[in-house]
Amino acid sequence: MNKYIEVKNLKKYFPVPKGQLHAVDDVSFSIEEGKTLGVVGESGCGKSTLGRLILHLLEATDGEILLRGEDITHVKKKRLKELRETMQIIFQDPFSSLNPRMTVEQLVSEPLKIKGGFSKEAIQKATAEIMEIVGIPERMRICYPHELDGGRRQRVGIARALILNPEFIVCDEPVSALDVSIQAQILNLMQDLQEQRHLTYIFITHDLSVVRYLSHFIIVMYLGQVVEQAPSEEIFENPMHPYTQVLISAIPMPDIHNKADRIIVHGELSSPVNPKPGCRFYLRCPYATEVCQQPQIMKEVSPGHFVLCVRAEKIVNNSMP
Amino acid sequence: MKTSIGNRRKKTNFSEILRRLSKNKLAMIGLVVIICLFLMAIFANLIIPYDYSKQDYSAVLQKPSREHLFGTDELGRDVFSRVVYGTRYSLRMGLLTVAVAAVLGTLLGSFAGFYGGAVDNILMRILDIFQSIPILVFAIILAAALGPGLNNAIIAMGVSTMPLYARLIRASIMQEEGNEYVEAAKAINASDMRILFRHVLPNAISPMIIHITMSIGYSILVASTLSFLGLGAQPPTPEWGAILSEGRNHMRDHGYLLFYPGMMIMISVLSFNLLGDGLRDALDPRLKGN
Repeated sequence: MNKYIEVKNLKKYFPVPKGQLHAVDDVSFSIEEGKTLGVVGESGCGKSTLGRLILHLLEATDGEILLRGEDITHVKKKRLKELRETMQIIFQDPFSSLNPRMTVEQLVSEPLKIKGGFSKEAIQKATAEIMEIVGIPERMRICYPHELDGGRRQRVGIARALILNPEFIVCDEPVSALDVSIQAQILNLMQDLQEQRHLTYIFITHDLSVVRYLSHFIIVMYLGQVVEQAPSEEIFENPMHPYTQVLISAIPMPDIHNKADRIIVHGELSSPVNPKPGCRFYLRCPYATEVCQQPQIMKEVSPGHFVLCVRAEKIVNNSMP
Repeated sequence: MKTSIGNRRKKTNFSEILRRLSKNKLAMIGLVVIICLFLMAIFANLIIPYDYSKQDYSAVLQKPSREHLFGTDELGRDVFSRVVYGTRYSLRMGLLTVAVAAVLGTLLGSFAGFYGGAVDNILMRILDIFQSIPILVFAIILAAALGPGLNNAIIAMGVSTMPLYARLIRASIMQEEGNEYVEAAKAINASDMRILFRHVLPNAISPMIIHITMSIGYSILVASTLSFLGLGAQPPTPEWGAILSEGRNHMRDHGYLLFYPGMMIMISVLSFNLLGDGLRDALDPRLKGN
């Protein structure tokens, strides 16, 4: 197994007036080269922060990030520049992630210009090539972002991320701002690109049907913590954590005769500011008991399948008919 | 091929703004007057019938007549020639003042807004000190300290109006900075300077353009005030404020000495303000609601 990125006990706390906001709390995982890791969780669970930590758009409070075994948690400016050429990001909102004053061509070629050392012709050629690959018609070269539809804008975002030939891309909800019909196009494009260029993805989303389609491996986050991690199929077939079960039961089923048994959670999301020890899903969990107030430990329930819930096995066994 | 399409696009964008501007009658009047003023300044040498500083003691304090359209002053100088020639100085002072203030203000405001934190705090507190003194008083103090003269007056006025520009640009920079494209630029290794000047500033500058047009009129006014007080243009420079100042001893009997330069100041300030108003509506149609 060839681990591309490995994250160990990564933490990011934001100071807020009331204390420390635990945006990412003790997260560990690894991704194999050429594979996709899906990161799932609801809004505010720290999944975008996680992506930004890996790319050093935010500085980690604690923990380690390893790239092919090299510690890149704290790197010098020069190395960071190199790293950002191998690690790129596709943003969620193509409406605000593209500078409205720049044309498509300027936007796509900008990374090359910043890197420097290319002739004008080379930049022009590379830009035209990458635009063709991601499917932006050549005549749109001189358009401004506001003249494009959402799907094309996201293609521009993808072209910008790809032009430096990265090995690794953080996709921060790349399709959640798009229409469903266009979502499929963009996802197919990303999958093709992965095959052709042997890319490694972290795919951040709140849409489980999307990660199922793309990911080899999935981590489920809740309030800054990873509550469950497993290979993609395993997590859908055999969800162990109550929160994962809730998420999976919420996937819409395109079948009117076979109604899914929805698990409805009650209660509010507890605050990520100075969280109590113990399970963070405690207040909303239908199976909660006193043991859940103790600090939880990640357990391997089957090979490659980890759960952060003391009662996971009991819950699964009891709920079986 | 490529450039022709590119050029056409830029033109259409620009012509759209022009079209909206041309619908605004008041702004067009302002624009026409401003163009006339500029032509007057450029061709001042050809227009004036007499040398603006030539003294003629056989014709002092004459009422407006065919020989001297605006009359003559106490040294027998032709007021019409002085007023026309003075357009050069007044416009120059107005424009340069705004340029100095806009450049200084944009730089300070950009850094304050972009870096935030301590940089912002220090810069903004310095500007607070500047702003705690009324602009005119501050300009007078600075001009007095630098010594009288056109260039010193321009610097004094530029520095004293600069905080307004800095605050304006700081606010819009901070607003723009929240956008994801800033983070996107960081992710592709753009340097701070590139992010600030290529990405954030071009998006934050439009309130500035309006403020600049609106301020030219005010700057001409302040320039005249300084010259009136003897801190700006020095005799025999025929800056409008200086002409006023020289004429004020004869205000009671020879009102025309003050009337014409005063009128010019009023007309030019009004025109710049009208154009500024129109430009604001044309650049940002959302503001007007039509």
